[in-house]
Amino acid sequence: MSFWSRIANVFRPDRLSREIDEELQSHIEEAIAEGRDPAEARRAFGSTLRLREESRDVRLIAWLESLRADAVFGWRQLMKSKVASAAAILSLALGIGACTSAFRLVDALLLRPLPVSEPEQLYALARQGIGPEGKPATFDGWAYPDFALMRAAAKDQAELIAISYSDRTDLTYGADAEMEKAYRQYVSGWMFNSFGLRPAAGRLFTESDDLKPGAHPYAVLSYDYWTSRFGRDPKVIGRTFRIGNDLYEIIGVGPERFTGTEPGTVIDIFIPTMMHAGVQHSDWTWMRTLARVKPGVAKEPLRAKLDATSRAFEEERSKGWGGESKELIEQILNFKLVLEPAAAGVSDLQNDYRTSLAALGVLVALVLLIACANVANLMTAQAASRSREMALRVSIGAGRRRLVQLVLVESAWLALLAAAIGGVFAWWAAPLVVNMINPPDNPARLFLPADWRVLGFGLVLTVGVMLLFGLAPALRASAVKPVSALKGGEDPHSRRRLMHALIGVQTAFCFLVLFVAGLFVATFERLSNRPTGFSPERLLTLETVTVSPQPPAFWDQVAEHLRAVPGVEKVGLASSALLEGWSWNNSISVNGAPPNGVLVYLLQASPGWIEAMRIPLIDGRDFLPDDTYPGVALVNQTFAKAYFNGEDPVGKPFEVVFSGGARLRFECVGLVGDVTYRNIREPILPQAYFPFHAIDAKGALRPTGQGTFIVRTSSSNPMALASILRREVPRARSEFRVSNIRTQTAIDQSHTVRERLLARLALFFGVVAILLAGVGLYGVLDYSVLQRRKEIGIRMAIGAQAGDVARRVTADAFYMVLVGAFVGIALGMATVRYIQTLLYQVKPNDPRMLALPALTILAVALLAALPPVIRAVRINPAEMLREE
Amino acid sequence: MPKPDSLQGSLDLLVLKILSRRPRLHGYAIMTAIAGMSDEVLRAEEGSLYPALHRMEEDGWICAHWITKDTGRRARLYELTAAGKKQLAAEESRWLLVTAAVNRVLRMA
Repeated sequence: MSFWSRIANVFRPDRLSREIDEELQSHIEEAIAEGRDPAEARRAFGSTLRLREESRDVRLIAWLESLRADAVFGWRQLMKSKVASAAAILSLALGIGACTSAFRLVDALLLRPLPVSEPEQLYALARQGIGPEGKPATFDGWAYPDFALMRAAAKDQAELIAISYSDRTDLTYGADAEMEKAYRQYVSGWMFNSFGLRPAAGRLFTESDDLKPGAHPYAVLSYDYWTSRFGRDPKVIGRTFRIGNDLYEIIGVGPERFTGTEPGTVIDIFIPTMMHAGVQHSDWTWMRTLARVKPGVAKEPLRAKLDATSRAFEEERSKGWGGESKELIEQILNFKLVLEPAAAGVSDLQNDYRTSLAALGVLVALVLLIACANVANLMTAQAASRSREMALRVSIGAGRRRLVQLVLVESAWLALLAAAIGGVFAWWAAPLVVNMINPPDNPARLFLPADWRVLGFGLVLTVGVMLLFGLAPALRASAVKPVSALKGGEDPHSRRRLMHALIGVQTAFCFLVLFVAGLFVATFERLSNRPTGFSPERLLTLETVTVSPQPPAFWDQVAEHLRAVPGVEKVGLASSALLEGWSWNNSISVNGAPPNGVLVYLLQASPGWIEAMRIPLIDGRDFLPDDTYPGVALVNQTFAKAYFNGEDPVGKPFEVVFSGGARLRFECVGLVGDVTYRNIREPILPQAYFPFHAIDAKGALRPTGQGTFIVRTSSSNPMALASILRREVPRARSEFRVSNIRTQTAIDQSHTVRERLLARLALFFGVVAILLAGVGLYGVLDYSVLQRRKEIGIRMAIGAQAGDVARRVTADAFYMVLVGAFVGIALGMATVRYIQTLLYQVKPNDPRMLALPALTILAVALLAALPPVIRAVRINPAEMLREE
Repeated sequence: MPKPDSLQGSLDLLVLKILSRRPRLHGYAIMTAIAGMSDEVLRAEEGSLYPALHRMEEDGWICAHWITKDTGRRARLYELTAAGKKQLAAEESRWLLVTAAVNRVLRMA
């Protein structure tokens, strides 16, 4: 109790003093009442002030009380210069907030362990080697038969779990018209058990739910999906839904925090792996493999065992390959299996954003450091004006420790206020950045809990920041020598040296931030301005699915129907939209020769497709309605270069070589312009287009269950037509349904989402950095003019010109700016290789990339120097000298 | 002749003892009680008494509360707590032990 009363007393010091005084007073009165001489009684009492202080120290916690007093004093100091304090707090808040946001993202995506038991035992299996393009490559996709062999081989050392790449699928709980989308993931039946997860409702899969291909039409919902789609209705257990022609029964709901193993995607529906169409295919790599390694098992022997099993599988498989060259086969077989820690899960988003987030994290850390340097300079300048106060404190007996505390408490005020505002900023900004990841129709979903990890990081950051900008001024203030300080200072330049050094550091960091921002912006510009070879304006893509595969004639009917819709200019049909991410490739043989190792990329398209896409027809003709696959092909210019030595291929035949050795013969009927195929970053690939109408071995037309209508509209806002087209498709034929409508522009832009994000954020922080550095430079110059006004006055009195004065005032600072800029260039050159993978056709040693930040810094430095310089040359020597 | 402030660390003991006999005393009364009972031999200075009272209060041996006297003035009265009683017993036995030892030494020397 007494401990708390002592703490409580710290916060009511006046009342405590009053009480003590009153008690002592009543004592004296008592004495007088008993007849003692009042003067004698008071004298006997001695110094009541000393007595009060002594009692006070007993009745409260002395150090806490001194801290409280310092906090009150520090608060008054901040309030004295409100604008400067607000600027310091806001710039720190921005830095702390940005760093905390970056940490939240990095933590949520890359560091936070999955909510499963013993996540540190989880590893992901991947293969590393030299890819077909001759560059190092890593694949984490596996074929199920390979997985089954590896699982059996390693069952004593590790539990292997198959988890498919998540995909967004169409499903319905009722009629076909009520199709909706959900994220689906196929998982091994034993996954939940191995992860130590308990159902929130119903039951989870067990090993017996994942035994026979196609025999287990069950589904487990994620808790998140159960909540958002069904409002946690327990009656959902036993309901069925349909994907394509398969009916699934919901048997349970997963635990609350488990959202799958792919950070960035929240899985809606889990399905046993045995229900995947590729489960028996040796050449479908549709899933990742996680291994829960048993405690105490050595990794390397396990890895070697898995590697040997997998290699044997691949060797067996390669015997069925035709066409591929020996070297290529050898290259594929030589891929080495690796075990990568997967405590935080595995996702493409992690791979895509690992370097980006690290780069952004470094940028915001630099901005925070720049802000710290500003505040340190501010505190140093303030400490200078307070050196007399400090000297006085020392003279009347304040200890060094007490002075450090005094200044540090003031820093703590700044840091804490900044942390509070920064916390709000981080709370708001982190989800905003997540929303900017991935295109709007397919948003990344990342859980960003604000728990002890984030709070701990914020706390450590705040304390670190406080020490960073507060410690040097505090030590300096405490080292004050009263004699010299009261006389007017010993070495007036020493403070300025520290401030100038910080200016140099700021400039270097600022340069680095601007330089990297420039690289990101240039990358984004170049990528988004790269010609695609077709015209995406006013183009809508309608991904269309049918209840069951439909004859090609029906597809043509729908296309014909769409052509009649007002506002539609052209309609084409293709197996998928360009750049949609889908790809299909094969080897090619010309004149019966063995394939030359260059893969051709393929797409099926209807007559009129190239016209709708505005892909130029260079020679030959477009497809005719009767053209079929196999039979004729359109090829692009790169194809002609790769297989026909650049000669016109029109009229010439080639063969597509399938694995297994089967060959199909095509004749080139047309030569078309080059287009980007699956990725905007890639060089143009050799491409061939086949007719949408396919015939089987017997010559009958093959029905198709999915395709994409490409619609060129007359409106500059093609999405205005989306709902009409979505309605018109089933009107044309009721079996058809549009599952997704996007503009081609949106598809194109989805390839630059990361670059746009990086460019925007880096530019934002670049602006913040240059602003902070400018304010910092201004502050230091202003302070130095103020401090040297006597000297300037004397110089002017003895004939110095305005130019001399300006030079004298700014020379040191500008020298530091120059040094900082050069250090910045060196830093930029050194760091650029870490972000090389994020850049596109941007050379970091391009003089323009270096000149832009340098010029910006120079311009801002000149601007920041202007007011102090004007102030300096306006000093009136006569007045200045009279002041003394 | 100034009275010797010769309490020698026994101030706590005296205060506790007095409060155990006569609860609810204010500081002045404690002081006069020490003087009166010791026939003016022992004298607690104000400068030591009040810090001692406040320290013991914070240690939880005594507790204090304000009353308003007939004159309208407030006074702070002290009382022994349970912990104070224990402390008194411990101090008393220690005191007896020490004085007995001192007496033995005096007799033998």
